[in-house]
Amino acid sequence: MAVANVSSHDVEHHEHEHHDNFITKYIFSTDHKMIGKQFLVTGIFWALIGGFLSIVFRLQLGFPDMNLEFLRPIFGGWIDNTGKLDPNFYLALVTMHGTIMVFFVLTAGLSGTFSNFLIPLQIGARDMASGFMNMLSYWFFFLSSVVMFCSLFLEKGPAGGGWVVYPPLSALEQAIPGSGLGMTLWLVAMTFFIVSSLLGGINYITTVINLRTKGMSFARLPLTIWAFFLTAIIGLLSFPVLFSAALLLVFDRSFGTSFYLSDIYIGGEALPNTGGSAVLYQHLFWFLGHPEVYIVLLPALGITSEIIATNSRKPIFGYKAMIISMLGITILSFVVWAHHMFVSGMNPFLGSIFMFLTLIIAVPSAVKVFNYLTTLWRGNLRFTPGMLFSIGLVSVFISGGLTGIFLGNSAIDIQLHDTYFVVAHFHLVMGSASFFGLVAGVYHWFPKMFGRMMDEKLGHIHFWLTFVGIYMVFFPMHYIGIAGFPRRYYTWTEFAFSDMYTDLNMFVSAAAIITFAAQMILVFNFFYSMFFGRKASLNPWRSNTLEWTTPLHPQHGNWPGEIPSVYRWPYDYSKPGSKEDFIPQTIPLSATPESNLPHEEKLVNLEKEIIAEEGQILVANETKEES
Amino acid sequence: MSSTAIQVNSKRGIWGGGNEPLKASYGKLMMWFFLLSDIFTFGAFLITYGAIRMSYPAYEGSAADFSSSNEYWPIPEMIYDAIPFVHGGHFPLVFVGLMTFILIMSSVTMVLAVEAGHRNDKNDVVKWLLWTLLGGITFLSCQAWEWAHFIHGTDDGTLMTYVNSFNNIVTETVYGANLIVNEYGPPAFAQLFFFITGFHGFHVTIGVVLLFLAFYQAAVGVYQQRGHYEMVEKIGLYWHFVDLVWVFVFTFFYLI
Repeated sequence: MAVANVSSHDVEHHEHEHHDNFITKYIFSTDHKMIGKQFLVTGIFWALIGGFLSIVFRLQLGFPDMNLEFLRPIFGGWIDNTGKLDPNFYLALVTMHGTIMVFFVLTAGLSGTFSNFLIPLQIGARDMASGFMNMLSYWFFFLSSVVMFCSLFLEKGPAGGGWVVYPPLSALEQAIPGSGLGMTLWLVAMTFFIVSSLLGGINYITTVINLRTKGMSFARLPLTIWAFFLTAIIGLLSFPVLFSAALLLVFDRSFGTSFYLSDIYIGGEALPNTGGSAVLYQHLFWFLGHPEVYIVLLPALGITSEIIATNSRKPIFGYKAMIISMLGITILSFVVWAHHMFVSGMNPFLGSIFMFLTLIIAVPSAVKVFNYLTTLWRGNLRFTPGMLFSIGLVSVFISGGLTGIFLGNSAIDIQLHDTYFVVAHFHLVMGSASFFGLVAGVYHWFPKMFGRMMDEKLGHIHFWLTFVGIYMVFFPMHYIGIAGFPRRYYTWTEFAFSDMYTDLNMFVSAAAIITFAAQMILVFNFFYSMFFGRKASLNPWRSNTLEWTTPLHPQHGNWPGEIPSVYRWPYDYSKPGSKEDFIPQTIPLSATPESNLPHEEKLVNLEKEIIAEEGQILVANETKEES
Repeated sequence: MSSTAIQVNSKRGIWGGGNEPLKASYGKLMMWFFLLSDIFTFGAFLITYGAIRMSYPAYEGSAADFSSSNEYWPIPEMIYDAIPFVHGGHFPLVFVGLMTFILIMSSVTMVLAVEAGHRNDKNDVVKWLLWTLLGGITFLSCQAWEWAHFIHGTDDGTLMTYVNSFNNIVTETVYGANLIVNEYGPPAFAQLFFFITGFHGFHVTIGVVLLFLAFYQAAVGVYQQRGHYEMVEKIGLYWHFVDLVWVFVFTFFYLI
């Protein structure tokens, strides 16, 4: 018998019901479910803005002669008198599209939503370790959003130095208009964002370690939780470095230091800065920047694992291999950052080392892909919208991942660097894959979030339009990139070599508009179903994990009675011998003698002892509390 | 939140769920993870320091003949050689050594406060927290003096050629240090000094505020009523961390 300090906080919860008013329930809520929804709705808001910005610059790229006069009501002076988009504003659009999508949608909107919503529900906890810090995490994100949103409306426009904000461009106000106040607000917003992600991440990690219910060992955690856990660890270790880089940049911008600046002439005049190094910034930035790829991707992969297993009615293939490959990705993500800098003037030998490490990442990634495929193989597939998007994720992850092998080679990357080939690569493997994971998660867990189902037909239409659309947008970009088109250029019509791909660019832009428009189906479906959707049953997907054992509308505290104990892993689907094709985690092995495997049969006695012992403890504790 | 010793099952194993596998409350775990991430923040700064410093040549020649120039990195012990109340003396690293000693002693008193907390000895906790608080404040005051001296500089200054903030190349005698130029060495020398010791000082300041809160709450009996002094422990973790970071900052700036 071990003795531990267990706070009686858990017990108090369901003895007196909380009476929340509107503000404590919907605004300053400490309930992880509401905070998750807040992140989701804010994420959708940002996704719409980020998507819209991309449509605007796609118009410029696909239809360079188009009269954009009709955008004047929105953009005002950024559309000049001839109906053209201002080139500086084009740079700001690209920058803000990247920043918004990477950080506000795919980090906060994905990890923030599902880590918050699912961690306590799937590990069997009443709430996050610290509900208050969790609330702060959202509100710092909100503050960051407000600052970033305000920067869109500045006279000189928002930040325009690319989402990576490399100095000296971003450090010198006189360099471009986008390095003015917009850049300052960008840095302020990112600082708040980092605080938010730190508060959230610390909470997720601590909750997974300390608040798992009885029997929920790490070997029985759903892969979603493993993914969120590792994501939080990556964020915890990489975001502070971005914070450092940003703080040094703030000093360079505003206080006259020259950490990143050296030997710069502007307009023929020398600046006083000496001694800094712009490559230093790139190192610091990509130490976050590369793990950030996995911060957005891992949660999507975790969600996909869960949805594919559930809807194939099969245990996930290679549960342990999945965990080990995620661990591998987590560790490797910290030692590959310089593959973004092959052309930054790095020692080529160092480049070779980073190339080697980068290519190793293909191994765990491939393990994951093969495991998804083998899980699907001869499964009893149910094509729910969530399942379709999960399979879509596997598809884009493969097609985007293959080009990653090209780009990881420094010799090829030097040719392809900063072309549309790179844009195509990361939009497929990181952007679309994570987005598909996010959408899959929304379709799959919507019944748990709002107690209603999303419309399946609309879901199917949305999926096919998005899936085909994504490929139509990003596949042609490979060709454009190989032809040598550089990223971030306002126009190509000035160059003879680029004329022959004008039609392809037009095609991409048209596809982008259709794909973006198709997302409105999701938005409609989401908000309509929230109020008028079909009422969900308690376990609509016949899933094993703990969140489906809660009531339809769980209150703060999740389970009305005691938290259920866990007796098995979460992937007992279609177990031979079992009557049902799923066995929830809460059903003891001793209750299913017909389907137990030989090694499980051995565990039944241990399980019985545990159950007996726990009964005694319960009685002992109750008498202790009464006395 | 009252805490009662409740027996939990042993057969599930330590990682079997329903317990605290690392034998630490969530609050302490959170502090540990925060510190882990803060290591990376400071790590990035110290790497920045290293990268910029390595890009400058070191002073060649004997330390005794050392004179400052913005062409090479200075020898720290020839720069940080002043102590209060003695004008123009040469006491290499004496003052900063004293500062470091004070900070490390405050870590010792912090340990004693935590230990007293384990014994639920309110008076001892209050006493040792007060000593820790004093140590922290003294360190910050010393740093203020150190900065002030660094900014004001020596009587003689150094003749330097540099680009001033009006973009003019000037040759003049420079006294003290600011973010554009300093009499001790390349501009980056003072910039990094201000930035990194400043960021550390900011951490110490937060620590002092936290210590004050803990001191106040311990003194009025909040923790006694609560039944445990875990808050003191958590702040203790932070304080030791700040101390540890100083050891690295000290090594980088003053020793090598």
